This record gives sequence, C-alpha cells and structure tokens, in this order.
Amino acid sequence: MDGSAIKRALSMMNERGSGEGAGYVAYGAYPEYEDCYALHVFFDNIHETKRTLEAMLEQWGHIVHDERIRTYDQPNLRTVHIPWRYFFKPYAGLMAHSTSPEDDIVSQIVMKINTAHTGALIYSSGKNVGVFKAAGWPEEVADFYRIEDYEGYIWLAHNRYPTNTPGWWGGAHPFNLLDWSVVHNGEITSYGTNRRYIESYGYICTMFTDTEVVAYLMDHLVRKQNLDADLAVRALAPPFWDDIDRMPEKEQDLNRALRLAYGPAMMNGPFAIVVANHEMMVGFTDRIKLRPLVVGEHGDRLYISSEEAAIRAMDPNVERISMPPAGKPIIGRVAR
Amino acid sequence: MTIGSLPLRYKISIDRERCMECERCIDNCSYGVFRREGDRILVDSRKCTACHRCIAMCPRDAITLEECPCDYRSHPLWTRQAREAIYNQANSGKIILSGMGNAQDYPVIFDRLVLDACQVTNPSIDPLREPMEVRTYIGKKPSRIEVMRKENGDVELATTVAPNLQAETPIMIGHMSYGAISLNAQLSMARAVAETGTFMGTGEGGLHSRLYPYQEHMIVQVASGRFGVDIDYLERGSAIEIKIGQGAKPGIGGHLPGEKVCMDVSCTRMIPLGSDAISPAPHHDIYSIEDLAQLVRSLKEATEWKKPVFVKIAAVHNAAAIAAGIARSSADAIVIDGFRGGTGAAPRVFRDHVGIPIEAAVASVDAKLRSQGIRNEVSLIASGGIRESADVAKAIALGADAVYIGTAALVAMGCRVCGSCYRNLCPWGIATQEERLVQRLDPEVASHQVANLIKAWTLELAELMGAAGINSIESLRGNRDRLRGYMLDESLMSVLDVKQVGA
Ligand code: SF4
Ligand code: SF4
Repeated sequence: MDGSAIKRALSMMNERGSGEGAGYVAYGAYPEYEDCYALHVFFDNIHETKRTLEAMLEQWGHIVHDERIRTYDQPNLRTVHIPWRYFFKPYAGLMAHSTSPEDDIVSQIVMKINTAHTGALIYSSGKNVGVFKAAGWPEEVADFYRIEDYEGYIWLAHNRYPTNTPGWWGGAHPFNLLDWSVVHNGEITSYGTNRRYIESYGYICTMFTDTEVVAYLMDHLVRKQNLDADLAVRALAPPFWDDIDRMPEKEQDLNRALRLAYGPAMMNGPFAIVVANHEMMVGFTDRIKLRPLVVGEHGDRLYISSEEAAIRAMDPNVERISMPPAGKPIIGRVAR
Repeated sequence: MTIGSLPLRYKISIDRERCMECERCIDNCSYGVFRREGDRILVDSRKCTACHRCIAMCPRDAITLEECPCDYRSHPLWTRQAREAIYNQANSGKIILSGMGNAQDYPVIFDRLVLDACQVTNPSIDPLREPMEVRTYIGKKPSRIEVMRKENGDVELATTVAPNLQAETPIMIGHMSYGAISLNAQLSMARAVAETGTFMGTGEGGLHSRLYPYQEHMIVQVASGRFGVDIDYLERGSAIEIKIGQGAKPGIGGHLPGEKVCMDVSCTRMIPLGSDAISPAPHHDIYSIEDLAQLVRSLKEATEWKKPVFVKIAAVHNAAAIAAGIARSSADAIVIDGFRGGTGAAPRVFRDHVGIPIEAAVASVDAKLRSQGIRNEVSLIASGGIRESADVAKAIALGADAVYIGTAALVAMGCRVCGSCYRNLCPWGIATQEERLVQRLDPEVASHQVANLIKAWTLELAELMGAAGINSIESLRGNRDRLRGYMLDESLMSVLDVKQVGA
C-alpha cells in the first residue's frame, strides 16, 4: 500500500502533536535496492560533511547508488537539513570475527557518524526500509516527501509533541537502527538504566531522546542475544513477580530467568510503543498501561494505534477493534 | 610534669526538684556514673559515655546531659580531638581504639544528591493502588538466555540459572558477629529479617544454635580468622560471604576483646574461653586474586554449588578494579563497605582516615563492571553509612542492587551510637555479653522494632519510586539520570556520573 492512508490516519491525531515533529517509515520502500543498506542522512550542508561520510563508507564498503531525497517545499516547513540517501554494501570480510559482519559495520558507522556531531546524522539504516521525518505537522511532512509516492508493506508513523528537543529533525520519530524502527508515545523513566545497560554493549545514544534506546534494545536482544521478538518484548515489559509466582513451574523458570538476565533492559514509565522490522510489527504498552493502544484487524491486515479514529480513517470497514491488556505484546507477522 | 585530667566530655546533672531517688539510674548505668550517698544521688560524670540509658529510664525526666561543658581554647587546627588524642597517647604509648563509624567531619555525599519526581509529562505511580516491585534477587545472573521451542509452540528455558537469594526488599542487615553483639541482638534481627523476607549476616563469629530456626535468612561469613567455620556452618547458611575487608578498618583484621568471649561465644566461635579473638589482616590463603577465586570455588564445591558466595571488600581507592577481578571469579555478589561503616572496635586512625565513601565506590565499581559488559552478572551490595530510606534509594540509583544496614538496625534496638561497643558494657544489651545487660534486650520487642524499620524504609522506597514513575526496582538501579548533585564539585559529579541540579 502507498503512504496516503497512513497520512490520513496520522492527521486524525493532530491533537496529540504540536507541529514540531512527524515522521513515517515504510518497509518495502526500495525493492530495486533490496540487498543494500539504505542510509538516510540529514546533512546540515553538503560541502563539509558529505565527503567525510562518503570516505568512511568507501572505506568499509561500496556505495551502489546515492541521491538527494526528493522533497517538495511546504509553506510552513522550514528546511534546515538536506536529506540524502545512500544504497550501501559493506565488505563483510572487514569484520571477520563477527557473526553478523554487515550489520555490525553499518551500526558502527551509524554510531561513529552520529556521535561525531559534524553536521551529518544517519537516521535510517536498514535494508529496503526508509524513514521520512521532519519538524512540522503530519500532513506537511507527508507532503514534503510526497509520502504517497512510496509503497510499503509495513508502515509506522508518528506525530510528536516534543518536550525535550523541540523542532529538531533528528528528534522526530520513527527512530531506526538497521532493521528496527520504533515509534513511541510516552516517557521512559528507566532511561538512565536502559541507556547505561545498552551503552555497555557498544551502542551510543545520540539523539537526546529516550526513544532511540528502544531500537537499540530490540537490536541487542534479538540480533545479539538471539531472543525471539515476543521474548524480547517480554524482557522489555515483563510480567509482575506476583504473576510469575502464580505461573506453572516451567513458565515461572523462564519468566524469572528473563527478568534476572534482562532486568536492566526492562522499561518503566508510561509508554505505548510500536516496533517493526522487515518481517513483523509489535505493539506493547508499559506494565500498567499508562498510554492508550488500540488494535484493529481486517483480514490479514493489522493496525495498531493510539486511537481508534486513526484506524477507521485508514480502513472504515475494519473488522475487529480491541484494546490489549497492559504489557501484552500484539505481534503481527508478515504473511508469506 | 603530669598532663593532669582532661576536661569532661559529658556532664550529667540531676534536677533535685524532680528526682525521686528511685535509683533506676544507678541500676541502669553500666559504667558506674551514679551512686547513692544518704538521700542523694551522686554523679561521676567522667565515667559517662553518653549512652543515654539513664535519661531513657528516669521516670521523672530529671537527668540532663551536656556535651563538652568546658572547652579548650578554640583553634581550627588543634581541635579538641587532636589534642586529646595526643594526651592519651603521650600517657599510654598505644594505638587509640574507638567504636562505631568514621567520626571525622567529611561531607556526606548522600546529602548532596537529590532524587527526582514526575510532573505532567509522565504520571507518578501510587504504590497504594498500583503494584510496586521492590523484590531483589541477589546472585549470579545469566549473561544470556537460551530457550527451546517445543513442537506445540511452548517455550522452555534451556539455561541453568545459578541459585539466587530472593529478598522481598533491597534492605538487608550486614554482618555483626555473635561476640561483638549479644545473642539477643542477633536473635532480634534474625526474627526481623525472617518476618520481612530479607537476609542478615552472621558476622565472623559462627552461628549459634538458637539461630538455626532462621538459618534460611542468614548469610554465613568466612573471615580471615575462620572462627566458627565448619561444613555444618556453611551448609546452614543461605549464602556464604568471604570477608576480605571492612569499611571501618580497611587493611587490618578484627579484634574481639577477651572480656567478650564468654562460654557461649567461645563455643560458637570455636576458640578458648576468655581469649582475645584476633583475625589476621589478610586471609593467609589469599595473597592474590586467583587465590580468592580458588576459595570461592572451594566453598562452592563444599556446598555443592547450591549457595551463592559473596565477597566483601572495604571501599578503597582501587575498589573498581578489585571488584572487576572478583566479578571474574565464580563469586555471585560483591559487597562494598564504605568508610563510614560501623564497627565494634577499630583503631581510630583507620576508622577516620582510611578508605573512601560508599557513594563514590558504588559509582565507580558499577561503571567499571558496565564498561566490561558484566555488571548485570554479579550483584552489588552497598554498605557503610546508610541512615535512611533516601540513602537506600540513592545507593541503588548509583548502581547498587541492595544495601546492608548495620548501625541503623542497632539504633532500632535502642543503640545511641555512643561508640563504646568494645568495652563489653553496652547498657542497651547490644554490644555486650554481660548476662545482666543482655537481659535488657527482649528479642520479642526488639525484633518488632527492627522489622518495623525495614518495613517503613521499604514503604518509603516504594513511594520514592512511585513518585519517580518507576514500578520496579530494576529500573531504579543505576538510573543516575534520576539523581542530581547539589553543591558537589564537578570532578566528584563526573565520578558519580550525575548532573548538577538545574541541568
Ligand atoms: S532515675 Fe531519675 S528519678 Fe530515679 S534516681 Fe535517677 S535521676 Fe532520680
Ligand atoms: S551498641 Fe551499645 S555500646 Fe555500642 S554504640 Fe550502641 S549503645 Fe553504645
């Protein structure tokens, strides 16, 4: 499907934003380059930093194609960055000791560029996926990129009411690292713990906002720790000890071990989060559901939103609407 | 020329109008301050230690105590303490002993850290209405989890998880041995930890048979003197702690004066009656880190790998590197004892001048273990100068899993922090083996007081967490973003990795 429906859905929820940040991510956006990492970069200007970034990319791999991301001026959207995209193939041999060398090379480049603060920010780095975001109202951002020109089989979108970093393009959601993208409503009160945990594994939080840590946690738990996505989500929003104590023994063992091993990854505070990768989309809330989350189903389509109105805007004939209990992950896998 | 007598430290006065000559003060003062002559109660203030027993027991509120009623000529450098230590040593030629924790006027870092609370952007959580988890597991955590997917889709755990202690609160009671304190004091605390679902240490004095009913809540200690250690002792404990050092006196051993070694203490410690119990400064089978790893493993072998083994060190300059070494052994938890930790008896010069504060030690140990990616695999227990629930919250936010309290538990039983524990005359029946004094401490009553303290602090901790929008203790642990430094200097804030207020 193209991006017009999700643009419509997002604009139903303008109440939830302040016109200072919105964004979209489409899985399946670049079928012609599906073997390449699609790197989306915000350049402050293209004279200084572009060459540094390209030198680094050439050092670690090969740029198959690059171009300026097409944008269309909007009256109220001030263009502060130049969005660029690279289709990039890393040389796996350069990181021989790793079990996922290509991913490691790309994530290392992302961390290096984003911490150097040289006027370049890589905000999207997965294969066949693209993030489109800016500071503005949802419709403006959509029109700025002509989001309806992109096709995707999983879409996430977000409308922001910033408190931490107003107006900064990098601060708009979705956040992405490699295959993972995240949109998030809420505030993570455990951020300090989560950040210190994830940074001890070489991730570096650079976006001055708590959401990016979710993308890193998912990447770490799934790619590095080999957990299935449902278990990874359970590590992030685990059952209460009282509930675990009442489970049958085997289940107790598993859940207790998950909390013991991944306690520092557990997220606290009010949140509703949707994460996605190329094969699934997972929505979940904090353990006492301090943020809303509504689920809609229609055939093999799954919708997850903060509001039912947004789902109905996309699909007036939606078959089933439900509200999942706190902490319970809603997992939609891509049908093959 | 003699030095003569020093000015009084405390002056006791009795209000004659109020006194009814009941003699309770005479009975209660174990130091012999009071006596009766004719129809008057007379006072020898020089013997007073400010233990407040008389004041607490006088039915007429007739007794007042004044500290330092006659001072020296004031001088910023030559303080009273400095001068008196010299008089004392000029007379004795000896090391000065003292009790309780560091008495030097160092700034307390805890008091310069403030906690956070939620406003608007996220709701605070009300612990009376929502679940609030303070349960803490102490022990080795798996570095990763392997699972098996069964055919029916069920998932089962494939990783074996090492035994952990399950504490219902992150507040535990540290090691105070039978010998240093009375059996009634130990019994009171043992009942309290059993009631509140937490744990206490036995100290290095063995485990008295009357504590057996509470052994599931006791952590047995193996110190350099090996007092009271045999296989039965190791097997009774829920965990075993190797004591390398103690915050009140890093680098030196322990000394239990012979007066405190009564029949029962001698049996429990397995040493002769009335003999001084002196534990050597180092463990003579541990001269390096690999020796420690070996002892950890030996203790585990002896107890069939069923019990967590802790290693306790004093907070010294290099604590972070030492802790990283310990974390690489099979040890399950590291206890860091800060320089404010209490003690029955320590040389004053050590108590006041050796070691570093627990706040800085926890922060640097936590940071070091994180930088090596092994922080979550061992538990970190902070001790030494925890006075209230806010200190607990701050220690956890700096990176501790749990805390040991010591002095606070004694204070809950009546201790007035008079610092004369090594004299075997504790009028509160705590730091003494004198039967008539020990009788004063009723375990029935004192255990409730200690349990109340643990419960009250746990409730306050839950409230603090709720206000910060956190409903599980894991999310407070190492969450230094929720702390701010107030009037701390920049270099210390960088060690603690906290921002200043307003930032
Ligand atoms: S306890 Fe109080 S009232 Fe009784 S003799 Fe002593 S000072 Fe007097
Ligand atoms: S335990 Fe007894 S002797 Fe020691 S400080 Fe407390 S009251 Fe004084």
